[in-house]
Amino acid sequence: MRPADRPLSPHLQIYRWQLTSVLSILHRATGIALSAGAILLVWWLVAAASGPDAYEGVEDFLGSWLGLLLLFGWSASLFYHLCNGIRHLVWDTGHALDLKSVYVGGWVVVGATGVLTLIAWVAGISRWVS
Amino acid sequence: MRSPLGRAIGLGSAKEGVEHWWMQRITAVALVPLTLWFVIAIIGLVGADLETMQNWVSRPLPAILLVLLLIAIFYHVSLGLQVVVEDYVHAELAKLGLITAIRLLCFAFAVAGIFAVLSIAVGTS
Repeated sequence: MRPADRPLSPHLQIYRWQLTSVLSILHRATGIALSAGAILLVWWLVAAASGPDAYEGVEDFLGSWLGLLLLFGWSASLFYHLCNGIRHLVWDTGHALDLKSVYVGGWVVVGATGVLTLIAWVAGISRWVS
Repeated sequence: MRSPLGRAIGLGSAKEGVEHWWMQRITAVALVPLTLWFVIAIIGLVGADLETMQNWVSRPLPAILLVLLLIAIFYHVSLGLQVVVEDYVHAELAKLGLITAIRLLCFAFAVAGIFAVLSIAVGTS
């Protein structure tokens, strides 16, 4: 069956972007990104168990610009997925499902993600330079 | 020769959606404190050399929490990625293959991570 032969309901590009849908897409995207980040966690642990040479490889990678960029992306993804995941858990209890709460909660998640990411990197960098 | 009700019964749910949904929530709840602990611990390890890191992993609490973190992460990852595949991949064989691969890889990565923690903790490396 060729999908194009039948009538299709309007797809993503038809709708105006809105906070609710963007945050929903971001939850899935950050989840996928964090799955890749989980592999890094295992690589780090296995390297530490393997010895100095393997561990140096992880350190070199994480200290590179690409490594730092990935770490930043993963940390922001983690905080976003964590905060929005808590928002989902609240919804699962049947609370905060009205439109106003959904928007307020959405902006709280965006703000909390920014603040937590900032705090983590300020703490990490100040530890690095000290 | 079956009644309309008889034909419909059992067709709605695959009888496993509740388990998937429920375990996704349980692992999510577990991951809230575990990831917060992990982030704080990682910040504490910034700039640490291998020996410091191994000493940290060797302590009981970090070792136990790391193993729990790995179990919760890869359980949660396999459930989450399965939904992504089910949403976008509609060819039956490709869907089956991808979900199988996700399950096996998650299991393998979890085992690798747990083994690494244990081998550092008991000092065989």
